[in-house]
Amino acid sequence: MSFDQSEVEKIAHLARLAVSDDEAQHLTADLSRILDLVAVMEKVDTSGVEAMAHPLHMTQRLRTDEVTETDQRDQNQKIAPATEAGLYLVPRVIE
Amino acid sequence: MHNNSITQLAEGLRAGDFSSVELTRHYLQRINQLDEGLNSFITITEEQALAQAEAADKKLTAGEGGVLTGIPIAHKDIFCTQGVRTSCGSRMLDNFISPYDATVVERLSDAGVVMLGKTNMDEFAMGSSNETSFYGPVRNPWNLDKVPGGSSGGSAAAVAARLCAAATGTDTGGSIRQPAALCGITGIKPTYGRVSRYGMIAFASSLDQAGPMAASAEDAALMLQAMAGFDQRDSTSMQQPLPDYSATLNESLQGLKVGLPKEYFDEGLDAGVRQSVEQAIEVYTALGAEVREITLPNTGLAVATYYVVAPAECSSNLSRFDGVRGGYRCDNPVDLEDLYKRSRSEGFGEEVKLRILIGAYVLSAGYYDAYYLKAQKLRHLISDDFKQAFEDVDVIMGPASPTTAFGVGEKSDDPVSMYLSDVYTIATNMAGLPGMSIPCAPVGGLPVGLQIIGNYFDEARLLNVAHQFQQQTQWHQQLPEGV
Repeated sequence: MSFDQSEVEKIAHLARLAVSDDEAQHLTADLSRILDLVAVMEKVDTSGVEAMAHPLHMTQRLRTDEVTETDQRDQNQKIAPATEAGLYLVPRVIE
Repeated sequence: MHNNSITQLAEGLRAGDFSSVELTRHYLQRINQLDEGLNSFITITEEQALAQAEAADKKLTAGEGGVLTGIPIAHKDIFCTQGVRTSCGSRMLDNFISPYDATVVERLSDAGVVMLGKTNMDEFAMGSSNETSFYGPVRNPWNLDKVPGGSSGGSAAAVAARLCAAATGTDTGGSIRQPAALCGITGIKPTYGRVSRYGMIAFASSLDQAGPMAASAEDAALMLQAMAGFDQRDSTSMQQPLPDYSATLNESLQGLKVGLPKEYFDEGLDAGVRQSVEQAIEVYTALGAEVREITLPNTGLAVATYYVVAPAECSSNLSRFDGVRGGYRCDNPVDLEDLYKRSRSEGFGEEVKLRILIGAYVLSAGYYDAYYLKAQKLRHLISDDFKQAFEDVDVIMGPASPTTAFGVGEKSDDPVSMYLSDVYTIATNMAGLPGMSIPCAPVGGLPVGLQIIGNYFDEARLLNVAHQFQQQTQWHQQLPEGV
């Protein structure tokens, strides 16, 4: 399977990654190689096989619906690049 | 001091032969002398280490504490450490000072260990050579032109060079076992859910598992004892009884049923590595084990399946790094999309971006069924192979890696050839099983790892099986030149 550059650019946008033309070329080749590796999956008949999302094929336990966390906003915002009055700052979204 | 086992160090501390402060200074000095060439540490926490050592000495003087009290270790830089940079080997988190401790860190601190620092790793644990780190590659202490393996390459190199008594690692597709093999140390990846993932920066949440990397199975047992056990804060943590791992190390292996998967001894295996692993298996025969050939027919699908499941989960996990709530932010973003895109593109390295793209692709509309759902079905088949095998055998053995350590730069241009160096370890993660690597006879001066895979929650048996081998052989005590 081979990728073309416009597909790579489309996926990069979905993943919110900016790729330069040079990078896109390089990534196109790498992605094609990886999809060739993955292509072996197609040959296997998996009809009737259940998908396994948990490695031990178990359901995750649920906790009771109670508030257990305390407010850690100040602590967590210490590591943010830009905050003001308890809010995260980003470039203007609404004109 | 650094050639002693943890048990011997603990005895020395209790007998007053040396204090924890002296022991800590000794290791810090070794790091100073030897790590420049290895680059196994990202951050050295000298001040905190000495404070922890002083506290340990007080406990020891009062006759308190346990076997790990005052023992200097290192944490892979994937574990959050309160007040200390937790970079995950990435520019993205170069400025990240964690506001809390990971459960693994907290439990080991409670057990009294001294943290010497944070070890180097492949960026976000994505790599098999420790070359994708933002902080530069780690070198293999056995030969500085070779890689230490990855992604826990810093921990493996640091333990191999005896820059710490033991270290923590994580294993998503072989990231404890492969570097342990390439650096000649002992590493165990426990059953998925055995050790809490809370505070361990996520790569692929259905595969990631933490474990110890140490000089011997005996030391690994002590480390795992402190790390393992149920944790309310990790929703995938298992409520299983925690055995005393040290108590069963000396059990006899008479009648132990060992399975050798024929798929793990195929044409892809280096001839020297094969010979070394076969010699190791003879040691088990001499110990009374019954060895038989088994088959894990879907082994050939493991790497392919993994490179759908792991990138899919990584693309989802790493979406949280957006330049808004923490981590790297680009300069002068023109709008929100530019902020997201440039922060992520400048903050992540090439391999991480490649895997995010694979993940975004296999999860995107129109491809989900063909790739992600298909891979999850194959995962079931891979898992069933092991289930079948464990009806007849107690443990499975084979090589941990198809070759000895390869050269720095040798595979870094070809992601697929790099991925294939985890061909024997990946299936264990897909099935959530515990696996281990212990050193056997080196080839051409480079270490070889024997892999031992066990049934679910059977870590005690793995450690027992490994320890009995290490009672018969000295490979685990061999040190690289200059160490």
